[in-house]
Amino acid sequence: MSEVTRRDWLTALGAAMLSGGISAEAAQHVHQAVAEAKKPAAGAYKPKVFTAHEYKTLQVLADLIIPADEVSKGAVEAGAPEFIDLLCSGNSQLALIYTGGLGWLDRESQKRFDAVFVEAKPDQQRALLDLLAYSKNAKPELAPGINFFNWARRMVVDAFYTSPIGIADVGYKGNKGMAKFEVPVEAIRYALKRSGLG
Amino acid sequence: MAQVRRSAPVYDVVVIGSGAGGGTVVQVLTKLGVNVALLEAGGMLNPAKDFKEHMWPYQVPHRGAGEAAESYFGRKDFGFFSAVNGWWEIEGEPYTTAPGSSFRWFRSRILGGRTNHYGRISLRFADYDFKPYSRDGLGTDWPISYEDVAPYYDKVEEFIGVFGSKEGIRSAPDGIFHTPPPPRAHEVLIQKACAKLNIPCISSRLSVITRPINGRAACHYCGQCGRGCVTASKYSSSQVQILPALKSGKLTIIPNAMARELITNDEGLVTAVSYIDKTTRTEKQIRCRTVVLAASACESARLLLNSKSSRHPNGLANSSGVVGRYLTDTTGYSMSGHIPALVGMLKHDTDGVDGGHVYMPWWLWDKQKEAGFPRGYHIEVGGGYNMPSIGSFNRTIQRHEGYGASLKAKIREEYGTFVSFAGRGEMIPNEHSYCEIDPDVVDQWGIPVLRFHFKWSDYERAQVKHMEQTFTEIIEIMGGTVVTKQKDISVPGEIIHELGTVRMGDDPKTSALNKYCQAHDVKNLFVADAAPFVSNPDKNPTLTICALAWRTAEYLAEELRKGNV
Repeated sequence: MSEVTRRDWLTALGAAMLSGGISAEAAQHVHQAVAEAKKPAAGAYKPKVFTAHEYKTLQVLADLIIPADEVSKGAVEAGAPEFIDLLCSGNSQLALIYTGGLGWLDRESQKRFDAVFVEAKPDQQRALLDLLAYSKNAKPELAPGINFFNWARRMVVDAFYTSPIGIADVGYKGNKGMAKFEVPVEAIRYALKRSGLG
Repeated sequence: MAQVRRSAPVYDVVVIGSGAGGGTVVQVLTKLGVNVALLEAGGMLNPAKDFKEHMWPYQVPHRGAGEAAESYFGRKDFGFFSAVNGWWEIEGEPYTTAPGSSFRWFRSRILGGRTNHYGRISLRFADYDFKPYSRDGLGTDWPISYEDVAPYYDKVEEFIGVFGSKEGIRSAPDGIFHTPPPPRAHEVLIQKACAKLNIPCISSRLSVITRPINGRAACHYCGQCGRGCVTASKYSSSQVQILPALKSGKLTIIPNAMARELITNDEGLVTAVSYIDKTTRTEKQIRCRTVVLAASACESARLLLNSKSSRHPNGLANSSGVVGRYLTDTTGYSMSGHIPALVGMLKHDTDGVDGGHVYMPWWLWDKQKEAGFPRGYHIEVGGGYNMPSIGSFNRTIQRHEGYGASLKAKIREEYGTFVSFAGRGEMIPNEHSYCEIDPDVVDQWGIPVLRFHFKWSDYERAQVKHMEQTFTEIIEIMGGTVVTKQKDISVPGEIIHELGTVRMGDDPKTSALNKYCQAHDVKNLFVADAAPFVSNPDKNPTLTICALAWRTAEYLAEELRKGNV
């Protein structure tokens, strides 16, 4: 593979710039764009929409949906609650989905376990989510919770996998640029063999 | 009309619209020393600032979903990271559809128009595409042949740069190509599956350069062409033709200029273009010896239909009554599948060029009876280890219930194991599909808007059925299963290949333009977008727009030199 490192690539772009290929302004843009984002300081985030209790509930829910495992950390570490709070602050319809959904979760937890969601035991939390997550458990009276869970699941997944943690988890190797595009022979051989087409 | 001011200079040519057609006309004319003014209904483009190439989703707090969560509640553009482009709805610029019709009209209001983000697919029409009526008795023959256009395909390919491979397939004539990038792993599988079905699966032909030309750097394979390319390695009329033409000193760009009407004199010739300066909301006029409409097919038709006078009661260049008629869009159908053979493959950088590195040209051009419908389609492919973004894992989370460690493992396993197919086919012009001026509605500047009538026929529906069967077969031969499939043929206008509304022809009674895209009725009026197209073959229109625009611009320059216009 002739995959180039980011440094090589920026050097190549610099050479292109010298030969009149791209403007200095464009090159500057490239440098800025490829710069790693600074990680937000942990624990410093102040929710824009949620109360402290709602936000705590959202954090627990997010880490239940995408927990830390042997490969990577979980949704909270990847910034999912901040992402959801930010988007809710720009969209009142979404904010309603979340405040309503988190409220529903607390009331349902209270009814079943005599404890709000964050104070329920982990196996109780999972038992409640199982009712929402699997169609075999679906009951009409659970509909608001199921709808909310689907929203949370989708957005926690989006947030996690658009973070540096999630991107590394699935193994995305790109956004680096290449001098020449090549595909590892090993990868093609593997796919051909498994497909029976090779 | 007190606010109308006549600006003093008379330009040799006023070009309206800065997309593929307008950009090519500007490039060719300024090179020949002609004084050109370019009206663009949108703003100027600054690629260095406007493009978001190479940004990671986490570099913005909303990750690309939009500050108002647009990704989840319906978008108004192709997304936060996409190049400035346009959409099917533009605030203050409505259009209407007749009862029983659906049509979505995409407009782009920016220097370079849709070329800033388009799919870059650059296919020559086949020889038979110019003579559709002679071939199957449907539609109308073009007044020109492949041989007339071929030298201009050469010029365009050499100038903008197109990669591809020479194949000798009649439905996909070879051009002058840069070296193409090799197929990705899943594309190799698709090629093997297509071989079993006798479907050719060859290198894509995209307007992306793989060696430096004209001061443009070779592609760096980041896979983000749709975001706009800071190195101009992909073609856009803004970066490749218009901004460089400024150096000639022959080009004046007038942005935010919404053309309203063409002004004619007693002899019926165009003397000026009336336009709205959007920044001041005032009407202005710019004087010209000749005018080139390149505002996009339907916008050019609208401008002609709105240029009514006692001498031209049906609108300008419309004594035939064909302006607005023969509107077509490309048919579209897509499907995706999960390919277990790709599970567990070595993760690697598959960015390459944005879009498939391979495609399938129409393969039954000599077996149309076998196909069961007239004309054809080509197939575009998708897949690979794409940059995770909002919605990237929707397919997996829809396929698998649950949450927690098992969901995480499933997403990891299925990442990069889906392939997708999109068919793009030829629609035959029909009497039910056209646009006209809506007598009741105006836009925010008081310009009467278009009303669309549109119907797919059974020809197009049969074609899409064939796509569905073909894609299913390919996925199954790859050992995969169908995951998502489009319910029905695309909504008219959604493939954004609308064209044919100011058609060319030899007979002034049945066409608006002659074979040089010059109006039969108005000799100093030319059209250089997709409006002159007589048919809409299964080849995306942009390369042919550029080739015809180049041909028209050369003819126009010569007519100017001779004093004929």
